[in-house]
Amino acid sequence: MAQTEFDVIVVGSGPGGYVTAIRSSQLGLKTAIVEKNELGGICLNWGCIPTKALLRSAEIFHFMKNAKDYGLSADNVSFDLQKVVERSRGVSKQLNSGVGFLMKKNKVTVIKGTAVLEGKGALTVSGDDAGTYKAKHIILATGARPRVLPGLEPDGQLIWTYFNALKPDIMPKSLLVVGSGAIGIEFASFFNTMGADVTVVEMMPKILPVEDDEISAMARKSLEKQGIKILTEAKVTSVKKGGNNVEATIEKKGGKTEVFKADRIISAVGVQGNIENLGLEKLGIKTDRGCIVIDEFGRTNVEGIYAIGDVAGPPMLAHKAEHEGTICVEKIAGLHPHPMDKSKIPGCTYCHPQVSSVGLTEQACKAKGLDVRVGRFPFIANGKAIALGEPEGMIKTIFDKKTGQLLGAHMIGAEVTELIQGFIVAMGLETTEEELMETIFPHPTLSEMMPESVRDAYGRVIQT
Amino acid sequence: MPVTITMPALSPTMESGTLAKWLVKEGDEISSGDVIAEIETDKATMEVEAVDEGTIGKILVEAGTADVAVNAPIALLLEEGEDASALEGMTAASPAAAPAADAAPAKEAAAPEVSVAAGPAPTAADGNRIFSSPLARRLAKMNDLDLAKVTGTGPRGRIVKRDIDAAIEAGTAKAGAPAAAEAPKAAAAPAAAPAPAAGPSDAQVLKLFEEGSYELVPHDGMRKTIAKRLTEAKQTIPHFYVSVDCKLDDLLALRGQLNASAPRKDDKPTFKLSVNDMVIKALALALRDVPDANVSWTSDNMVKHKHVDVGVAVSIEGGLITPIIRRAEEKALSTISNEMKDMGKRAKERKLKPEEYQGGTTAVSNMGMMGVKSFSAVVNPPHSTILAVGAGEKRPIIEGDEIKVATMMTVTLSTDHRTVDGALGAELLKAFKGYIENPMSMLV
Repeated sequence: MAQTEFDVIVVGSGPGGYVTAIRSSQLGLKTAIVEKNELGGICLNWGCIPTKALLRSAEIFHFMKNAKDYGLSADNVSFDLQKVVERSRGVSKQLNSGVGFLMKKNKVTVIKGTAVLEGKGALTVSGDDAGTYKAKHIILATGARPRVLPGLEPDGQLIWTYFNALKPDIMPKSLLVVGSGAIGIEFASFFNTMGADVTVVEMMPKILPVEDDEISAMARKSLEKQGIKILTEAKVTSVKKGGNNVEATIEKKGGKTEVFKADRIISAVGVQGNIENLGLEKLGIKTDRGCIVIDEFGRTNVEGIYAIGDVAGPPMLAHKAEHEGTICVEKIAGLHPHPMDKSKIPGCTYCHPQVSSVGLTEQACKAKGLDVRVGRFPFIANGKAIALGEPEGMIKTIFDKKTGQLLGAHMIGAEVTELIQGFIVAMGLETTEEELMETIFPHPTLSEMMPESVRDAYGRVIQT
Repeated sequence: MPVTITMPALSPTMESGTLAKWLVKEGDEISSGDVIAEIETDKATMEVEAVDEGTIGKILVEAGTADVAVNAPIALLLEEGEDASALEGMTAASPAAAPAADAAPAKEAAAPEVSVAAGPAPTAADGNRIFSSPLARRLAKMNDLDLAKVTGTGPRGRIVKRDIDAAIEAGTAKAGAPAAAEAPKAAAAPAAAPAPAAGPSDAQVLKLFEEGSYELVPHDGMRKTIAKRLTEAKQTIPHFYVSVDCKLDDLLALRGQLNASAPRKDDKPTFKLSVNDMVIKALALALRDVPDANVSWTSDNMVKHKHVDVGVAVSIEGGLITPIIRRAEEKALSTISNEMKDMGKRAKERKLKPEEYQGGTTAVSNMGMMGVKSFSAVVNPPHSTILAVGAGEKRPIIEGDEIKVATMMTVTLSTDHRTVDGALGAELLKAFKGYIENPMSMLV
């Protein structure tokens, strides 16, 4: 009989769960992790990672089609959808086995199956490793799944979720993407680049609704220039499925309706926590709006039961889950971690041009009544950006006028998902505008735009 | 191209000031040397003279504007031949006047509101670096907190913003920035120490009184400086006090003779010595004789002064200020007396220049004229000593075995124990008493 008693059992092996399990083991706690599907969860099997693989293919395809812009020639450029998807699946597979290796290396027992809470400190698992398992601390990291809108129920054929969109059987000629968050916009960007006629429908007045207004507007302009149609303040009211296409009725701003024909629909209207069939009710664990309620260290209202990541509430991002899990298990081990500071969680969207941000938007600052200084620096004024052929984009920084605290950084343009970390570190270390302006950034890089944006906020910009 | 008139630095340490008053208006012609505005710093009102000649084209900073940063443009001057149209570029699009991107007004762009530099990593009293974030350092400075008194909760005890926020919330860690960095700033004054800054919050204080039973008078620059510097002094300087009684009869007699023999000019005596003038001189000579007490504390070195600069506390409306008699040990009594008269008058008008009240190596605070018998004063860094002087009054004294009547004056020396130890303080007072009781020795 295998081990059934542990100090910590983590339920779910997404990026939050598996990182928590490793940290737990590092801290000397006897740790197990329960997973019903693939190690790595949505993130590396059906989310962040495989989409990045697809988008990379799209990016290279885009370059090939535009080779002449760089003095190169590439004729008869085409793609094989199945091979593109195969590569993406291969990337996920590689990382999936990587997580398996990490579990072994860190002596985390992997329990295959579906877990249900049996009471304080006990789980019943059904599946490969069925049985009852005990642990003083049980951390729920069950993640989230696509939200389903009535009338827009995914069927895997005509109406896709990201699961289907990651493994498309056909290349749709026309595509309706419902929802313009990161997932919706990334798929819109991918399928558009690969030649589909893409329309995005968003209920809110802007796309990428969590981003700064100015960045969102620039993203919209750029995507529209690439041929994506965008309808904001619009919603899908009904869908009529045909044999190999759908007719969606869209209610636009002002109440006018229009019928759109498309080969496929991707429903990307958000995700919701996986709180069902976990036995939460039996223990009286509190939930709110589809997520488990936790305190600043991941503790639920029931002693010994914790929750982290998507299931514990927004923002539903892998890096938030990892951090939350780490804090949670460090607290369990008796360390003194600092509570999660949700004001410093960055966000990235990998469309072309990329979008990234951390901290408050200018609108949020205004809403809070903060007196701010705002700096902007355009890609068109950066040598490296021009050399790369990526003159589109902007870096925007927001400072508290009184204290010089960096309140927010917002970027759009090439590679900005890799650039944002500089401002995250700055924010984390509490640097003021002074240090940022005085830090030497290497030339020629896109990163040079970062201190320039800061200087702009203080009327000292050099290159514009 | 119009000339930009900027906020002048009236002293090396001045960072900002209040533009109190414009003495010219737009359209006025001025020539070099004309007084165009009055500027108020924490201690003084100073006049600003025009450097160039021309016509005042535009006043950029209104009278009464506080915290105008040094070098911020305050007005635009049209040169000969220019008319108001030359200003258009200056006030709107000119990169010199309005470099901020989102069309910030010229004033704002050129005078960033963040004038408090976070500065380099500070050190604790023991010389060890205090780990703190730049934002925490700036916030501490803005809120007059001493980082050495803040508990850091960041990685390895690093002080971060939340720690400063907590200190502000709790009202702890007050006391101004680290003393070493602040030392050569404006000299405030002794006595009348303000309520401890780390006391109850404003709201807590006000709650103790019935609403409507008081009036709120906002602090002016002088009040803030007094509160800050004296709190800092009393909290960071280990004080001790030495008192002695001095027999004053001979000094009073000599003073009478000297005043009676003062040369006359325009039928007025050219000087009229006060007891205080003689006390200043006696203290200066005593410090010359006991040079080890004529020192200033810095964390690395003992600063041994070669001359005695005596600050003299002058009570003025709304506070007090300490003009300084430089090289007092070298000066004749009449010179000291006349300088005191002049500076005392200008102090009351708040017209002292910063160099006239900043620095000094010791100080005198005299409350004798108010009938005070004795009191102790607060040492005012960079001084190491301050002498609190009580009233000269007739008291019975015992001489030999007899009770006699003599005019006596009690003085109390407050001393910074970091620089001046007990015996040294006593030696200094003994020398002082010697000069007071044998006043002729002051004349040679």
